[in-house]
Amino acid sequence: MAGIELLSDQGFRVDGRKANELRRIQCRLGVFTQADGSAYIEQGNTKILAAVYGPHEIRGSRSKALHDKVLVNCQYSMATFSTGERKRRPRGDRKSKEMTMHLQQTFDAAILTSLYPRSQIDIFVEVLQSDGGNYCASVNAATLALIDAGIPLKDYVCACSASFVNDKPIMDISYLEESSGGAELIVATLPKSEQIVFLEMNSRLHEDNLSHVLDMAVKGCKDIHDVLDQAVREHVGEVAAISGLE
Amino acid sequence: MAVDIRLASTCVRLKPESIDELTNLVTPGDVITSDTGFMRGHGTFMEDGKHHASVAGVVQRVNKLICVKPLKTRYNGEVGDIVVGRIIEVGMKRWKVDTHSKLDSVLMLSSVNLPGGELRRRSEEDEKLMRYYLKEGDLISAEVQSVFNDGSLSLHTRSLKYGKLGQGSLYLVSPSLIKRRKTHFHNLPCGVTVILGNNGYVWVCPTEGEVSEQTGGYEQNFEPVVRADREVVARIGNCVQSLADHRMMLFDTSILYTYEASLKFPVKDMMKPEVKTEVIDLARQRLERDGT
Repeated sequence: MAGIELLSDQGFRVDGRKANELRRIQCRLGVFTQADGSAYIEQGNTKILAAVYGPHEIRGSRSKALHDKVLVNCQYSMATFSTGERKRRPRGDRKSKEMTMHLQQTFDAAILTSLYPRSQIDIFVEVLQSDGGNYCASVNAATLALIDAGIPLKDYVCACSASFVNDKPIMDISYLEESSGGAELIVATLPKSEQIVFLEMNSRLHEDNLSHVLDMAVKGCKDIHDVLDQAVREHVGEVAAISGLE
Repeated sequence: MAVDIRLASTCVRLKPESIDELTNLVTPGDVITSDTGFMRGHGTFMEDGKHHASVAGVVQRVNKLICVKPLKTRYNGEVGDIVVGRIIEVGMKRWKVDTHSKLDSVLMLSSVNLPGGELRRRSEEDEKLMRYYLKEGDLISAEVQSVFNDGSLSLHTRSLKYGKLGQGSLYLVSPSLIKRRKTHFHNLPCGVTVILGNNGYVWVCPTEGEVSEQTGGYEQNFEPVVRADREVVARIGNCVQSLADHRMMLFDTSILYTYEASLKFPVKDMMKPEVKTEVIDLARQRLERDGT
């Protein structure tokens, strides 16, 4: 493994975390005034902006409208300056398209879609700096933006990644750990009911280890949920205090 | 020309002095109650016989009904609301109107007063003339006539109060900031008419004479508005925006008090954060004094 020790004998990772620790999460709701809802999140060095518009009338062709539920439309894009090497296409490449589709499936499961028939919700996600776990941070940012927009959700959607190094599962992996060639498991869950809405695995992992890694990722989702919930409560409390709600 | 530019990093975010923990604050997925005797209202859903919240906000209980009200949403129309909207499409016997609600609203040809107050004859003629009355991009004030099953609104302008809007400025604020009142049309003593649409669209224009009100606004007056009037319109507009930025409720008294507090500043300085805070604080104090 190319010289770097991902997990030292003392149990520390390259960035000084323990195996079951998340990176530092900082987030803010309501960063734009134009959008119906917006949020900004930093997970370590991964920085993401999300904006939500809607529910509104279907734009573009009417035929896309679903008569019994809302159409969730996502767009995932990475800023050209977000990665180490300058990106040529911020959106529309294969990877972004796949990510867009995954986001769409994830939020289709979490939004109470039947409440707004024949309308559309747009979720725009922009990666400003990428340091691993882009999908996870995108999901978390989009959740916050949806809550800010007042769109009914079954629960928060929290996503977390996990990997397996030196016979030990590790939580919330960074770019360095992602690119070292080990297995990567990405899970998005509804933390209160522990339902999994999205699961993806890259490269191979022994069957016996899967449950350990999965448990680690689900635990990470719960930890993220606590952080996000705290942020939402603070935001709502603050705004309610300004506008004098009782 | 001097330009005032500030870095985003120097902007101070609004922070209340004290945040007292709200007791009945819920976030999506929280269990509100497991008592099945309650009725499910907006912002909640049932699962495993328990009431869960689906939005972040404050729980409201009315007898047996539980609702959660989010801080901001799109406009939820109710019959009788006054709205300001923009025509976005002219269709078969109807106009599509953007009112910041979840679906576009419709204004039927049969629910408008035609120019001059004449009654409509059901002919192909006036269907062809629809674009002559109202075309894409025009602003109207209207009342909500009914709400369809899917939540979209049907509007009407069957009164000379409503109709096409002429020269003025439109300001967009959150619908939750508009206070529900008996009247939403205000002729302020400073020579400005304000229409506070329940949908968060606020129209500010110079008060016109009696003459134009008789036509329902279809005959538009394109006479240049004098500079003094324009300044008052801009000042009231800035007041509306400042109030909205500080999340204060919008109604005639609050706008008037803000206007009076702002008179010592030139119009162009009103949107500077420190001026805005000072003006709003003065207005808020005066409102609180009135309230007690």
